[in-house]
Amino acid sequence: MIRPITPFPTGAIKQIEGKSIVLTGNDIDTDRIIPARFLKCVSFDLLGEQVFADDRKELKGEHPFDLPINQDASILVVNENFGCGSSREHAPQALMRWGIRAIIGKSFAEIFFGNCLALGIPCIKASEKIIESLQQSITSNPGDFIRINLEELSISDSSIKYNVLMDPGPLEMLKSGAWDATSQLINKRSEILEVMKNLPYLNNFKY
Amino acid sequence: MSSKTLYDKVWDLHQVSQLPGGSTQLFIGLHLIHEVTSPQAFSALSEKNLAVLSPERTFGTVDHIVPTLNQNRPFADPLAEEMLSTLEKNCSTYGIPFFGIGSGKQGIVHVIAPELGLTQPGMTVACGDSHTSTHGAFGAIAFGIGTSQVRDVLASQTLAINKLKVRRIFVKGQLRKGVYAKDLILHIIRKLGVKAGNGFAYEFSGPAIESLPMEGRMTLCNMAIEGGARCGYVNPDQVTFDYLKGRMHAPKGKDWERAIAWWKTLSSNENAIFDDEISFDANDIVPTVTWGITPGQSIAINESLPQSTTFEVKDRPITEEAYSYMKIEPGGKIEGLKIDVCFIGSCTNGRLSDLREAASVAKGNHVADGIKAFVVPGSEKVALEAEEEGLDKIFLEAGFEWREPGCSMCLAMNPDRLEGDQISASSSNRNFKGRQGSASGRTLLMSPAMVAAAAITGKVSDVRHFLKDDSNS
Ligand code: SF4
Repeated sequence: MIRPITPFPTGAIKQIEGKSIVLTGNDIDTDRIIPARFLKCVSFDLLGEQVFADDRKELKGEHPFDLPINQDASILVVNENFGCGSSREHAPQALMRWGIRAIIGKSFAEIFFGNCLALGIPCIKASEKIIESLQQSITSNPGDFIRINLEELSISDSSIKYNVLMDPGPLEMLKSGAWDATSQLINKRSEILEVMKNLPYLNNFKY
Repeated sequence: MSSKTLYDKVWDLHQVSQLPGGSTQLFIGLHLIHEVTSPQAFSALSEKNLAVLSPERTFGTVDHIVPTLNQNRPFADPLAEEMLSTLEKNCSTYGIPFFGIGSGKQGIVHVIAPELGLTQPGMTVACGDSHTSTHGAFGAIAFGIGTSQVRDVLASQTLAINKLKVRRIFVKGQLRKGVYAKDLILHIIRKLGVKAGNGFAYEFSGPAIESLPMEGRMTLCNMAIEGGARCGYVNPDQVTFDYLKGRMHAPKGKDWERAIAWWKTLSSNENAIFDDEISFDANDIVPTVTWGITPGQSIAINESLPQSTTFEVKDRPITEEAYSYMKIEPGGKIEGLKIDVCFIGSCTNGRLSDLREAASVAKGNHVADGIKAFVVPGSEKVALEAEEEGLDKIFLEAGFEWREPGCSMCLAMNPDRLEGDQISASSSNRNFKGRQGSASGRTLLMSPAMVAAAAITGKVSDVRHFLKDDSNS
C-alpha cells in the first residue's frame, strides 16, 4: 500500500491533530517495533514499511498498523514502558515514516523517549485510567480524531478532554522548537573548550 | 535529589551549559561508534555541512553485522559489506580511529573499549547502543544514545540530556559457587522489574559488588538497561585500577599516579544522598534462568514456573503472552527443559573470564547429540588470549564450534540465527520475541557456565552439579 506522505516535524510543536490508532500491551520493545534484520541499512528511508514487521506477519492483516481504517492515523495510543530495549533510533524513525506524529501512553522507555524527542515526536504520558478510557473509546470509534494541545497539556477526542503529562524540559524543547538540538550545541564552542580545559583526564590528570 | 554520589560528581564536571528547554548540555569524554547506528548520523553531518569537533575522542569498530565463520572481505552479505565499508569511509573522512577486522583490536564495542583502556573512571561515555551502560563498571557515567544524538556528539562532543535520579542497589553477602554476576543481575531485574530503572542511574555497591572482578562488574552494568536504568555504575577501587594498569590507552608514568589520586576522589561519599536505596543479599541468589520474553521473566533453577495468578493483575497479560510464545506451561520446572542451540558470547558474557568459566564446565564432557553449540569471543584480543590458554581446544574437543569475534546470535544481524521455534540457551542479554533471528525463536538467558552445562546435557541444567569443589574459587 502506498501511504500518503505527510511532512516530518519541523519548528515549534504546540498542537498536533490527527486520526488515532491503538496498540495495546505493556513492554513493547524496539525489537518488535523494528526487528534487527531491518537495521541492515545505511539510511532510514525504507523503515516505514517495515514497522512491526513480525507482529504484522503473525496477525495476517489484523494488526492495527494493517487495518485499512488506520492507514492515515498519526497519533498512537499505547500502554506502559513502550519502546523498551535497544537504543535503535530506527524504531521511532520507522514509526515516524509510517505516519506517527505523537504517542500517548502510560510510560515510555527513556532512550526511546529521547530518540522521539530528537525527531520532534512528543511522547505524552497519561494516567492508566485515561489511557484505558481513550483506548476504549477509540476501539469503539476507530480512527477517532485526537487533538493534542501542548500549551495546556491536554488531549481531546470527539467527546472528552483529558489532562496529560510531560516533563517540563522536553515540553519546553518541543514548544520552542529547540528539540533539534544540534545548532544550540555547536554554538557553545567556547563553553565546550572551557570544560575540556578543566577535565583531569584531558589534562594529564591535574585536578 | 541525589548529592555527592559518583554520578553527581561526574555530571557536574561535564556540564557545559543549561539549554533553553531545561536540559543540560553535557560533554562526552569517550564516544564509541559502530556500523549500525552511525551511518545516518554521518549523512546528517554532511547534509548540514558540519565537521566533527573532536575526532580523537571518538573510536569506531565493527561488531553487529560481522560473520563469525568467514570474515574475508567482501562479506558474503552485500548489505553487511555496505555497512562496514560505509563506516570505514566515514572514519577515514573525519579522521576517527577505527579498529577493523584483523587489527587485533576489533570486537564488540563494549568489550574492546575497556580492554584497550579507553574506558576510565570519571568519564562520560556515549555510544549508539543501549548496552553502553557496561562502561559504568569503571565508575564512568555511560549510556546509550540514538542516532540523532550520535550526530550531536560528532558535531559538538556534547549532548542535550536530562539528569537522572540515582538509586543505590546495595548487595551484601557473597555470591556462592556456581552463581555469577549474570545471576545477580537477572535476580535484581526479576525482583525490581524491567521498568523500575526508568529515570534512574543504578549505583551497585556493597560487599558482593566489591568482590566482583572487573569483568563481572561489566556484566552487571551491561544489563542495568534491561532493568530500565540507562546507566549503571560501580565506584572505582583497587580492582578497577589493577585492571586498567598497563592497558594501551590507560595513563602512564606520572599521569598514572595522578590518575589514581583523582579517581579515588570520585566514589560516592559516605554521606552521599540517593534518591532511592534497595538492598539484596547475594547469599540468597542461585543460578537464574529466564523463561519468558522479557529479561525480568526469570526464575531460580530449582523453582517451578510461576502461575500467572501470582503476578499483579497488570503483569498477567505479558505473563500469558510469554507462556504462549515460549510454548511452556506454568507449574513445571525449568530444569530439564530441552534446548536446541547454545550460544556463548555477547557484550554481557563474551569476555575471557566468561569463556574460562564455560570451558571449565565443558572440559572432559561432550555436547549432547543434536545440539548446536558455539562460542563467539567478544573481541580479537579475547580470542587470542583464550587460544593462548587453550580454551579453544577444550571447546572444540567438547564439540562446541569456535568462531570469530562479533555480536553474532545476540541479535542475529549476521548469519548466526535460530530457525523456526528453536530454543536457545544464551549468555546474551535479551530474550525478546524474535531477538535471535527467527520470528518464533525462543531464548533462555543464563550465565555462560550454565549455557555450557545445558550444551552438555541438552537440557537446562544446574551448573552447580558440574563444579568440583576446587573450581570456581
Ligand atoms: S553483543 Fe548484543 S547487546 Fe551487545 S552490542 Fe552486540 S548486539 Fe548489542
